[in-house]
Amino acid sequence: MNNQPLIFELSKPGRISYSLPSLDVTETDLNELLPNDLIRDEAPELPEVSELQLIRHYTALSNRNHGVDSGFYPLGSCTMKYNPKINEDIARLKGFTHIHPYQSEETVQGALELLYDLQTSLEEITGMDEVTLQPAAGAHGEWTGLMLIRAFHEANGDFQRTKVICPDSAHGTNPASATVAGFDTITVRSNEKGLVDLEHLREVVGEDTAALMLTNPNTLGLFEENIVEMAEIIHNAGGKIYYDGANSNAILGIARPGDMGFDVVHLNLHKTFTGPHGGGGPGSGPVGVKKDLIPYLPKPVIAKDGDRYFFDYDRPESIGRVKPYYGNFGINVRAYTYIRTMGPDGLRQVSEDAVLNANYMFRRLQPYFDAPYTQHCKHEFVLSGKRQKKLGVRTLDMAKRLLDFGYHPPTIYFPLNVEECLMIEPTETETKETLDEFIDVMIQIAKEAEENPEVVQEAPHHTVIGRLDETTAARKPILRYEKS
Amino acid sequence: MKFRYLPVTEQDKKEMMDEIGVNSVEELFSDIPEKVRFKGEMDLKEALSEPGILKELGRMASKNANSGDYTSFLGAGVYEHYIPSVVDHIISRSEFYTAYTPYQPEISQGELQAIFEFQTMISELTGMELANSSMYDGPTALSEAAMMSAGQTKKKTILVSKAVHPEAREVIKTNAKGQNLTVVEIEIEEGVTNIDDLSQKYDDNTACVVVQYPNFFGNVENLAEIEKIAHSKKGLFVVSSNPLSLGVLQPPGKFGADIVVGDAQPFGISAQFGGPHCGFFATTKKLMRKVPGRLVGQTTDDQGQRGFVLTLQAREQHIRRDKATSNICSNQALNALAASVAMSALGKKGIKEMALQNIQKANYAKKAFINKGFTVAFSKNAIFNEFVIKFSRPVQEVNEMLLQKGIIGGYDLGRDFSEFDNHMTIAVTELRSKEEIDHLVLALEGVK
Repeated sequence: MNNQPLIFELSKPGRISYSLPSLDVTETDLNELLPNDLIRDEAPELPEVSELQLIRHYTALSNRNHGVDSGFYPLGSCTMKYNPKINEDIARLKGFTHIHPYQSEETVQGALELLYDLQTSLEEITGMDEVTLQPAAGAHGEWTGLMLIRAFHEANGDFQRTKVICPDSAHGTNPASATVAGFDTITVRSNEKGLVDLEHLREVVGEDTAALMLTNPNTLGLFEENIVEMAEIIHNAGGKIYYDGANSNAILGIARPGDMGFDVVHLNLHKTFTGPHGGGGPGSGPVGVKKDLIPYLPKPVIAKDGDRYFFDYDRPESIGRVKPYYGNFGINVRAYTYIRTMGPDGLRQVSEDAVLNANYMFRRLQPYFDAPYTQHCKHEFVLSGKRQKKLGVRTLDMAKRLLDFGYHPPTIYFPLNVEECLMIEPTETETKETLDEFIDVMIQIAKEAEENPEVVQEAPHHTVIGRLDETTAARKPILRYEKS
Repeated sequence: MKFRYLPVTEQDKKEMMDEIGVNSVEELFSDIPEKVRFKGEMDLKEALSEPGILKELGRMASKNANSGDYTSFLGAGVYEHYIPSVVDHIISRSEFYTAYTPYQPEISQGELQAIFEFQTMISELTGMELANSSMYDGPTALSEAAMMSAGQTKKKTILVSKAVHPEAREVIKTNAKGQNLTVVEIEIEEGVTNIDDLSQKYDDNTACVVVQYPNFFGNVENLAEIEKIAHSKKGLFVVSSNPLSLGVLQPPGKFGADIVVGDAQPFGISAQFGGPHCGFFATTKKLMRKVPGRLVGQTTDDQGQRGFVLTLQAREQHIRRDKATSNICSNQALNALAASVAMSALGKKGIKEMALQNIQKANYAKKAFINKGFTVAFSKNAIFNEFVIKFSRPVQEVNEMLLQKGIIGGYDLGRDFSEFDNHMTIAVTELRSKEEIDHLVLALEGVK
């Protein structure tokens, strides 16, 4: 049977999978400790399984999942690079896992040193003046950054700056974060080269501009070569520019957002700095700022006085807290381990190799698909399945066909401004042999689209489950198991 | 220099450059304006070998006093609990931890099913109809609940009890600023939410009433009474809850809560200096389409087989952009898995047993302090695993003294409440033995 039962379906009363010491204090009748109406009268339906049942269940689930360690994962904009095992070992050291956020500073000097050094390293990598490690993920960093910009404008009496400009190729989180921070979003068009249309930018910018949010290289994998002019346009209008660090893997040690004119930056440590992704999280989304925004950073900030590290709460203009405690420490430990493993040369090599791999794949695949933008790409590139669509094969079909060959498909239908889009990011940790094998499969699928479209349209053929009915899932949602 | 994560050889490089039609990798960066190119080498520490990394990071780790070497009575939102050994074995399976968000369901059934099971377990524990796939942590989940209430009711005032975790209140305030909402705090009386103050402040503009159960002082709030006020006009009733306590406490769902959030950290997730933990978000079917974050739903494939997909995505940022119900994208999937494994390991019986041990041991400790003549604050309240003691001197001094004796003392309430200087919140979980509790009482004799 292909189906793995739900753990609730494996349950049988009387089985256990835990081991607690017996109660060693005098037991008091519960009714003396809690008012009767506060005592739970119906036990939660949690599973009752043995330890081996539990292990087999989750092992079976893991076998129905594809990670970077399982195979190639060229998911554009997600930077699915190798997650070093030493990072996992370091993050599991007792001195990192078994420390409480409210211990006195004196008892966590090692943790504070690590965080301070990570902040300093990220300042150098991004070219920013100060970094906070508090945000939990990329989108959380975006919102934090926009709140900093809002605080800056309001401190200057600029309450009319209510608009955030985002390119049409922007990640969905950008406009969503703008809304959560209380801004309206204006969309600026891309030109025929896939870059922000400067003329249109000049039209939409104004006294109501709070910020421009930009990913550079952008989500098409292209470097915004007019970045200096763009920064000037925004700054001359009194706005700030925000760097979405989702694509930093292309520019480590090669170009820094701070030098490009950006005022605020977030990084996705779970992408560029080997997080890992964890099946959707946890992440970490540090935010770096230029000098004039430092006063507004979330508090506390980790600071150093001589040899002593401490939390600086004395930030009267701070936007306040964005997350309890000090951010996703465990992920920050992994990212720090990676930075110390690679050093300055290694990080630069990362970006050079990531860009080389992407361009190589791009050029080899270009004859078989439509390529809306033809200049050198950075760490990722986009293709369009327009040609195959005319043959009745959609990009979705090609993505599903890739599953039959053991690959995770590229990002599809994003960015929104490219028809039948495929966005491919190989990363620097893949060998040329892996790229060649994938390229051959892509070429085969392009040929199948011409010669035998059904095999693509009906894909996948070899996965544990076929295409799923997403429409019914949304119309009649079943979001939990109910005992029948 | 060679890096073990970088496989491109000189020969590969040459072949790839030939295919691309460039003579150097540099050419691939020719679109970066000269002016913004970074010259030279970044001022970072040189690369370390694997043994070198272990040594250097091992040095930093060893400088921290950890709860393996010390006996800890620190809680206040983050707790040291029994972590079944199976948890780390499962979350170390790289099919889980090296995967992205399960956007391709055919090769992500494992993750999707695990999340579906997580959603079920959280719904069961909280007594709610449904739960999402996780949030960053308890306080940001609470903040999202408050924002969602404002969106749903179109009201602008959030009423938050002062007995809610202070950092959660701070996060709500930061978030509220962005949404132009007003946060009004409800006073406390005898360590619980002041019902009269709540009644007075509740009005037609109230979007929601937010309380914590058990609250920041360890006391169990009277949800039945609070609910009556919370629902007396159009507001929603939001409860932040320690999910372990719900092994023995009547769940907020039974008291008519509209949204129940919290942090699943007590289930298989170590304190790790405050994160990553695992926020959860449970609510009613009525509010289902307003829920922030990802939801996994059950469906069937073309052969009629049961399968799981991300669903109701029209709420989310990647579809709705500026109209999304929240900007959340990454969540805490791997920690939700850890919590699921821990909840499965504990099961129906173990969760009750573990919760009961907390309540028994904390009450034993509380009684021991009372018997020895200590001032236990709000001593008449029912507690779960925390209670408050007033000392004759600053908590910082008391804790320094305890540290010398190998004990990490409790939380200094004076940090957040000027009226509670010299007050310490002590957490007693199932991991603390009778001997350790007695030792703590003895150690504190001199500072009553």
